[in-house]
Amino acid sequence: MLDLINVSYDTLIPNNVGLSNDKRVLKALERWHPGYINWWNDLIPDNFQQSLVYLRTAVSVDPKGWAKFDYVKMPEYRWGILLAPEVEDRRIPCGEHAGEPAWQEVPGEYRAMLRRLIVIQGDTEPASVEQQRFLGKTAPSLYDMRNLFQVNVEEGRHLWAMVYLLHKFFGADGREEADDLLRRSSGSEEAPRMLGAFNEETPDWLSFFMFTYFTDRDGKMQLEALAQSGFDPLSRTCRFMLTEEAHHMFVGETGVGRVIQRTCEAMKEAGIEDPYEIDKIRALGVIDLPTVQKKLNLHYTLSLDLFGQEVSTNAANAFNAGIKGRYMEHRLDDDHRLSGDTYPVCQLVDGEIKIVEVPALTAINMRLRDDYSRDASGGVVRWNKIIEKAGVDFELKLPHESFNRKIGIFADRLFNPEGELVSGAEYDENVNSWLPTHADGDFIQSLMVPCYEPGKYAGWIAAPKVGIDNKPGDFEYVKLHMA
Amino acid sequence: MNKPVKQHLIDPEICIRCYTCEMTCPIEAITHDDNNVVIDYEKCEFCMDCIPVCPTGSIDEWRVVETPYTLEDQFAWMELPAQQDFANGEGGADTSIEALDDTMAALLAEAHAGAGGRSKPPASASRASVNLYNLGKPALARVQGSYRLTSEGSGTDVRHIILDFGAQPFPVLEGQSIGIIPPGTDENGKPHLPRLYSVSSPRDGERPNYNNVSLTVKREENGLCSNYVCDLEKGDEVRVTGPFGSTFLMPDDPSARLLMVCTGTGSAPFRAFTMRRQRQTTGEGDMILFFGARSPDSLPYFGPLNKVPEQLLKKHMVFSRIPGVAKEYVQDRMMVEQDVIAEMVSDPRTHIYICGLRGMEEGVEHAFENISESIGLSWQNLRDTMRDEGRYHVETY
Repeated sequence: MLDLINVSYDTLIPNNVGLSNDKRVLKALERWHPGYINWWNDLIPDNFQQSLVYLRTAVSVDPKGWAKFDYVKMPEYRWGILLAPEVEDRRIPCGEHAGEPAWQEVPGEYRAMLRRLIVIQGDTEPASVEQQRFLGKTAPSLYDMRNLFQVNVEEGRHLWAMVYLLHKFFGADGREEADDLLRRSSGSEEAPRMLGAFNEETPDWLSFFMFTYFTDRDGKMQLEALAQSGFDPLSRTCRFMLTEEAHHMFVGETGVGRVIQRTCEAMKEAGIEDPYEIDKIRALGVIDLPTVQKKLNLHYTLSLDLFGQEVSTNAANAFNAGIKGRYMEHRLDDDHRLSGDTYPVCQLVDGEIKIVEVPALTAINMRLRDDYSRDASGGVVRWNKIIEKAGVDFELKLPHESFNRKIGIFADRLFNPEGELVSGAEYDENVNSWLPTHADGDFIQSLMVPCYEPGKYAGWIAAPKVGIDNKPGDFEYVKLHMA
Repeated sequence: MNKPVKQHLIDPEICIRCYTCEMTCPIEAITHDDNNVVIDYEKCEFCMDCIPVCPTGSIDEWRVVETPYTLEDQFAWMELPAQQDFANGEGGADTSIEALDDTMAALLAEAHAGAGGRSKPPASASRASVNLYNLGKPALARVQGSYRLTSEGSGTDVRHIILDFGAQPFPVLEGQSIGIIPPGTDENGKPHLPRLYSVSSPRDGERPNYNNVSLTVKREENGLCSNYVCDLEKGDEVRVTGPFGSTFLMPDDPSARLLMVCTGTGSAPFRAFTMRRQRQTTGEGDMILFFGARSPDSLPYFGPLNKVPEQLLKKHMVFSRIPGVAKEYVQDRMMVEQDVIAEMVSDPRTHIYICGLRGMEEGVEHAFENISESIGLSWQNLRDTMRDEGRYHVETY
């Protein structure tokens, strides 16, 4: 009998989709595999490839089996194809087909749309590994290095997940798209990654934490929406990816939180009360809170751009087709078709920001973005708790959605972080206190010195409260290969 | 007064609100508002599905409470409340979560009663997982081997049994126990309850980085489960519950000193402690073992134990039935070594462990009393202090 829970290792590619009985797809994937390994090996510095990293690998997709921890050399990590268990009699949750049995094969009329969605999702996964490739060299601890590599191998596995769908369901076109996922490269002139935010380098660890908090959270929301898909294999793939994505959220939230914690501690130790005494605070070797706020402004607004136009017919079509649902679609109490509903969207009316009711169907992106902002604001509240507890008078805030936007209705105008229209002169005068400057970046870079001793942390970041897999504080999360 | 109950909770200061637990829970016992993710006491069945999927570890929190916290209580939390204290003695409750099901918890409470008060884990011990598998949902282990540890002629049949868990996660710490479910039913037609056995292998497996554990089991005449376990053959499948126990654990601090006293299969946890320390880079903390048996051929692990270097483990093997030699019990040898013990008990880094048959307790206690007195300390006070600091542990049966 085909075992769809436990991972089968009878092919080179661990999977729970019965790959050994699916010769066509197996062959296609085995052809793709060497290219993937080459991509990985060219990417991550060699001494890290040879190091033993304490990673979590899924050995089955039921809750008890997917978090098995062990030392692994990254190139030997068992990347595989894992789908959440099939839900019996699953129905299409939204759109004009709502209530019909979920598709197990690609419906012909939505083929192009589905392929595009899968390719866009797939393109972000290797892109982030490319963006983060040099961070291991400046890891503030072995704990953080391990978390970085865990994020990296799981992004790699998410690429596998999307490539499987392309090979399995999209024939020759799919194979070509899968090859292109390895051909494009973050920041490349001739073949860049598809989305802007994924072509920026992640130059330092604070950027990495901000990226995993804000940008990976966009990824999480997109996966949430795709997990609601009427195309069942996509839904099952994304549901399993979400359990892994949670680790990335964890790395981001606790990473930024630990930076804040350390800054507050250092300020208190030095008797500095005013968080705006930036030079004095920086002299302590920690990142001042106003700079953290600027980084937050940047990463949050870049991530908002990833949701696309506020009012979008593409998004309406995908929802209507039942290809992409809303966040927690199954918990929403409406007709799941949105035929007559409206949704409030910020619009520019005569140069002023106004809330306008638009047909809910066209506001699917906006709705997901609102869910995203709500989700993202929670962590900011918890970061502020750290600051408050330390007794520092400072509050981090998410900027207004109009600030620093390159996509959507606010793209052509200049706003301050409070969401007020400002002139070019006003903007230029203040932008250095709103967004990180080169000098800020240089300062952060100056703190990026590696700390590779077990249980020790670089001076700008606090130790975590709890170890990974309940390990004690001085656990050697990475056994570095120093040859 | 209500009988105290165990409640599953989430630490709001560690939780990142990813809601993975909520999506994983098969019975929708987990929910959230804008502030917190919370667990409904009325719904949660301790199935543990949410534990491994949590990226933060915040969900592995348990409290013993008289009145369970409501959802509203939990929504309002900024931090997790501390374990409330119950008065000891009548109506008091054991607030360490040794096991989630009452039967196993009662067994362990009885085994630890000899400590004379509420047991606490060593301050530097790793956190133990408990009850990942239960009678309704046991883990299935396969027997990898079964070896007799005592000689055929000794009249005691103690066996070393290795169980492999395959792909099922079964994290155990040294000192924890697992439950073995004997097949069949009792006279009322009900399935037999699991019997507890202390694990004798270290946390990373009997063989390093294998998902296996070993047990040290003595065959008891008419013992339903011990005969079942001792008769197991390689390849047999066994139903296992647990792990259980959250206090009889070893300190992770390499400078901690261990004073261990055991008889017979009570040596199981100490084998695990010793192997753990052997596999780690050595610290300054020394270990000393007082091990009592009738004769060398009935002392489990006699051969392998002799190969453990004295500088790692100072061994005192004591025999009570050697023809022509005066009977010697562990407490007798402790008195011989009283200077060493006196020095150890006055060192705040020392942890004491006693494990074996209940009958040994009195003699060992008496030895400690005498030794303490000789250096002007009250054993009662010393023991209570050590216990409250997680440095005094008893497991007898």
